[in-house]
Amino acid sequence: MDFLLVAVVKIIIILVFISLGVAYLTYLERKVIGHMQVRLGPMRVGWHGLLQPIADGLKLVIKEDIIPTQSDKLMFILAPVICFLHAFIVYTFIPFDGPGGFWGYGGYVSDVNVGLLFILAVASVGVVGIILGGWASNSKYPLLGSLRSVAQLVSYEVAMGLAIMGPILLAGSLSMVEIVKAQEKMGVWFFVPQIVAFVIYFICGVAETNRAPFDLPEAESELVGGYHTEYSGFRFAIFFLAEYANMITVSAIAVTVFLGGWMMPFPSLLKPYLSFVPGFVWFCLKVMFFLFVYLWIRATFPRYRFDQLMSIGWKILLPLSIANLVVTSFIILYLKM
Amino acid sequence: MPSPEIKPEYLGYLPIFIFMIIAVLVPVIVLFIGRFLRPSNPDKIKLSPYECGIDPEGDARQRFPVRYYIIALLFVVFDIEAVFVFPWVVIYASQNADVMTFLFVEMVVFFAIVIAGFIYIWKKGALKWV
Repeated sequence: MDFLLVAVVKIIIILVFISLGVAYLTYLERKVIGHMQVRLGPMRVGWHGLLQPIADGLKLVIKEDIIPTQSDKLMFILAPVICFLHAFIVYTFIPFDGPGGFWGYGGYVSDVNVGLLFILAVASVGVVGIILGGWASNSKYPLLGSLRSVAQLVSYEVAMGLAIMGPILLAGSLSMVEIVKAQEKMGVWFFVPQIVAFVIYFICGVAETNRAPFDLPEAESELVGGYHTEYSGFRFAIFFLAEYANMITVSAIAVTVFLGGWMMPFPSLLKPYLSFVPGFVWFCLKVMFFLFVYLWIRATFPRYRFDQLMSIGWKILLPLSIANLVVTSFIILYLKM
Repeated sequence: MPSPEIKPEYLGYLPIFIFMIIAVLVPVIVLFIGRFLRPSNPDKIKLSPYECGIDPEGDARQRFPVRYYIIALLFVVFDIEAVFVFPWVVIYASQNADVMTFLFVEMVVFFAIVIAGFIYIWKKGALKWV
């Protein structure tokens, strides 16, 4: 019973924390890209525009909710909820801190021995929400956008799943906590021995979240807004929340699997000075680094064409991730012999 | 203080369902509250599908390129392949050298078959996007 009570409290904290994180991620995006383009970004609402995301959220709540007459009403309502659900339940297994973190309550909601498999499985459910949203709208742009989006997600998911097997091979476990502990034991974070897998994973992660330069599903110059063109008001906001929460999820998985999760960098050097900093602070800093890279990429690269996108996913990343897996397993075998 | 160790093991899956319930409740509650805050004055044009201001022509659900269907099929094939690899990946490093050699050869054979199929679909042009 104790465990469940603690779990409920943690879940609520995580939901609030991630929702706020998403809100301020949009602010960060506008600020970072603004400064990269020698603009200031939002400045009016609050000090340096700090209240902008709250104003945006309130605006979306009080906007009219339009459900087009041609649409399939039930599926139209269901689609954003599925997207929201899949973006958030992944956090059940993400370790923000070690087993002793959060003042002894444990830095994660739960830890099972198939944690990473569950996360990858749930990541595929997002496809259902997107295709439902596009199909239920019964409008041309959302349908085309959702088809593209699903083709893209599905193509990159294969390479992503195979790339992430490299670190699992080293850790010998699918539990997120065990993977971090394995990195502690090895003394080096997995992005060093698995640099190829890391790069593949991150490219796939950018594609999985439909971010630039892979943002074809919402290529505004050709498809208006992608699968959520017909959505308005708070239903649009739910899609938006889910999309940005996905960015945080992908970064959090990358941090856990490749960058040592809650551990501090250079422990031999920094441990005497910074041992008072709790693990989740390191975790959040690493996630923020990834989020910054996301925004940096968006501000730097132009969009790919769809055929280029498909050939990168299938013809480069997929064979490369299989090769990485075979080479890694061979090296492990060689070291054992 | 409750220990983070979770016993029995199946209890570790329970938070997923709690999380699901809470995560569904959040958007539903906000949408319900929003109902009292937002205006609602629909008209015919507002409720018609968006097509850049032009009257929508016909149904959106027409035929779409078969490429998407092929991609979906390829995904199913390769994702099932990935599912086969997962258990192998987990047990591989903890075996002794003899078993590991066997596992390695076995997986190389498996990947050889997969890659043969991959080259076939590549040469057939299934990955070509015109």
